[in-house]
Amino acid sequence: MKFINDFRDRELCETLLERIHKEAVREITIMEVCGGHTMALHRFGIPALLPNTITLLSGPGCPVCVTGRGFIDHAIGLSMRDQTMVCTYGDLIRVPGSESTLEKAQADGANVRIVYSPLQCIEMAAQDPETNHVFLGIGFETTAPASAVALQKANELGLKNFFLYSAHKIMPPAMAAIIHEGVKVDAYLCPGHVSTISGTKMYEPLVDQFGVGCVVSGFEPLDLLQSILMLVQQQENKNAAVEIQYTRAVKSQGNVKAQQILNQVFEPCDAWWRGLGILANSGLKPSANYKGFDASVVYGLSTNEPADPTGCRCGDVLKGLLKPTECKLFRKTCTPANPIGACMVSAEGACQSFFRYANS
Amino acid sequence: MQTHEKILLGHGSGGKLMHELIEKVFLKHFNDPVLLAQADSAVMPVVEGRLAFTTDAYVVQPLFFAGGNIGKIAVCGTINDLVAAGAQPLYLSVAFIIEEGLEFSVLEEIVQTMAETARYASVRIVCGDTKVVGRGQCDKLFITTSGIGRVRKEHEDIGSGKHIQPGDHIIISGTLGDHGMAVLAARNQLGFTSDLQSDCAPLNLMIQPLLDAGLPIHFMRDPTRGGFASVLAEIAENKLFGIEIDETMIPVSEPVRGMCEVYGFDPLYIANEGKILLVIPPKATDEVLELLQKSGHGKHAAMIGRIVEDYQGKVVMKTNIGGRRIISMLAGEQLPRIC
Amino acid sequence: MCLSVPGKVISIENETALVDVGGTSISVGIQLLEEVSLGDYVLIHSGFALQLISEEDALAQLELVRAMKG
Repeated sequence: MKFINDFRDRELCETLLERIHKEAVREITIMEVCGGHTMALHRFGIPALLPNTITLLSGPGCPVCVTGRGFIDHAIGLSMRDQTMVCTYGDLIRVPGSESTLEKAQADGANVRIVYSPLQCIEMAAQDPETNHVFLGIGFETTAPASAVALQKANELGLKNFFLYSAHKIMPPAMAAIIHEGVKVDAYLCPGHVSTISGTKMYEPLVDQFGVGCVVSGFEPLDLLQSILMLVQQQENKNAAVEIQYTRAVKSQGNVKAQQILNQVFEPCDAWWRGLGILANSGLKPSANYKGFDASVVYGLSTNEPADPTGCRCGDVLKGLLKPTECKLFRKTCTPANPIGACMVSAEGACQSFFRYANS
Repeated sequence: MQTHEKILLGHGSGGKLMHELIEKVFLKHFNDPVLLAQADSAVMPVVEGRLAFTTDAYVVQPLFFAGGNIGKIAVCGTINDLVAAGAQPLYLSVAFIIEEGLEFSVLEEIVQTMAETARYASVRIVCGDTKVVGRGQCDKLFITTSGIGRVRKEHEDIGSGKHIQPGDHIIISGTLGDHGMAVLAARNQLGFTSDLQSDCAPLNLMIQPLLDAGLPIHFMRDPTRGGFASVLAEIAENKLFGIEIDETMIPVSEPVRGMCEVYGFDPLYIANEGKILLVIPPKATDEVLELLQKSGHGKHAAMIGRIVEDYQGKVVMKTNIGGRRIISMLAGEQLPRIC
Repeated sequence: MCLSVPGKVISIENETALVDVGGTSISVGIQLLEEVSLGDYVLIHSGFALQLISEEDALAQLELVRAMKG
């Protein structure tokens, strides 16, 4: 497939690996912020191919993993109401709330539907005016525009039975918080698809204030290796900067039209992140014009966050303070079939990535 | 039958309607002399060697998909379970649970496919049963098929795989994931269309020549639900050997690969209905591949890995860029995801 | 995060495009793009085209890595 096969070329990847081995003299800790990167690194078996001087840490870039249990509890509550259907991406269905999951609620008779796009939920809402449709909006800058267009569409159609329950978040506040928390990170492998939308300006403060190198990376093995090489070179030459490796999809200004749509539909709000707590202006909620579609307003859903289950250290994993394998529950009581924390639920969660792919 | 376009509860009552249903749908297509005798049991001669006996229940939503329907899977799935045990499939029993309201034409098309598939595979449908349940008590149609096959003495250990040993080669008879993706496409819930076909097929015609040629086969399994990866994980589990497979050798069609990228699936975990995995000693590899590739269902057969002394109890895949990753059993159904 | 793959635009109707990924056609919204034409490659995610993919930049990137081999 075009733009996929070429970037999985073995010879070119080997060339990059040779260069990395040659050039990575000083120790460097690189955090991949994006869960998609975590997943791809493991899927292609990259960590074991890197020299010992490079340490990879997984950060808070899996939207499912950072979503609080309170959100899941409310979603389950909504799905149990009469004449109400909850639509969600497949990612959320097995995430544990305080007592249950959407999947289990479904078995108890709740109305939960997996969709690939919020537009499918809009379509269903238009066809079935008697039923309230709540779409669970998770995801960062990449996914939030889909919800934004859905809200515009709902508004256009005058739907009275479509609501968005937003847990949308934006990346930069979390990346800054990681550094503030004192996690030792020399460089960030920056999320490619988030940057496709938002551009790269938002990473500049990380370089200016903290001297952390930032390379925006694609998701194929050649992309990842080239980005790692670029970060290694920044480190060796002591010139931290924002660079784009994923040039075929990321422009420094991002996708301006998508940004405009986001700004029309959403406004920033404080948001709760697993592991990081409440971060100011790190979430997105429907703006005043779209209040009527905001499930948290319409249903009066609180933002209180219940405590994590005993022993679960997803919070520390998400901050890069702990490797999944260092958690006492990992592989013992916490497995993909019976996840205790969110990092084991999501395919791109650090714990599940380690569980599925890590060669240990 | 054309007096009733839909199945009624009465069609399962044992009375006149049921008689009509059996006559005009089942006996019309399932016309084996043993079945036509309509005795309470099918009576057949005792076979030489050992018996293989298997049963499976089939539910699929939707009933029809590109490349097949529930009836075709119900026949092929049971045949393939026999094949994987090294058996020559001989007889099938079929039982239908029908939800009232199912269209006759739908039922008849499915029954006809079953009859054709069995005939194509030279397997006889010799007994059956039907029940009709009320609306909502089942999803349109459930089918249970049991099968009996004959296993020659020299093939009796194929099913258990007790002769698997380090050095053996692992062969897969074709591309992975076609069935699961064709069914997903047929559900039409994810907003895509594809000309992808299910691989659903009876595999005895492809495997019998291998058995007849006296080729040494240490193990066979049809990788249905849970996919190819789950079968490999099962083979290695608690063993003193490991498995190493090579990603570049694994056949996956372009459309399946593309859809997997879009929805975040792994083709190694997607269901197949017309593929078989073989473990054989390396000296037999060339001949096995040649015979498989000669058959229409084995065109893309490939050697994709080997049993190794390392990685005890584990399956390790060499990725296409030279990395390694562990392949574990599927944990829960794969879901379309955004991240 | 964010699973997103490249596909080729094979038809456009109002706000929707059909995008081909390895022989499968997926229907996606194109509201997020300033402009898009038949034959363009786009990144798709959650039912939308996120951005056009630049072939020129892709080739340049591959060339850069190839040059390292020497």
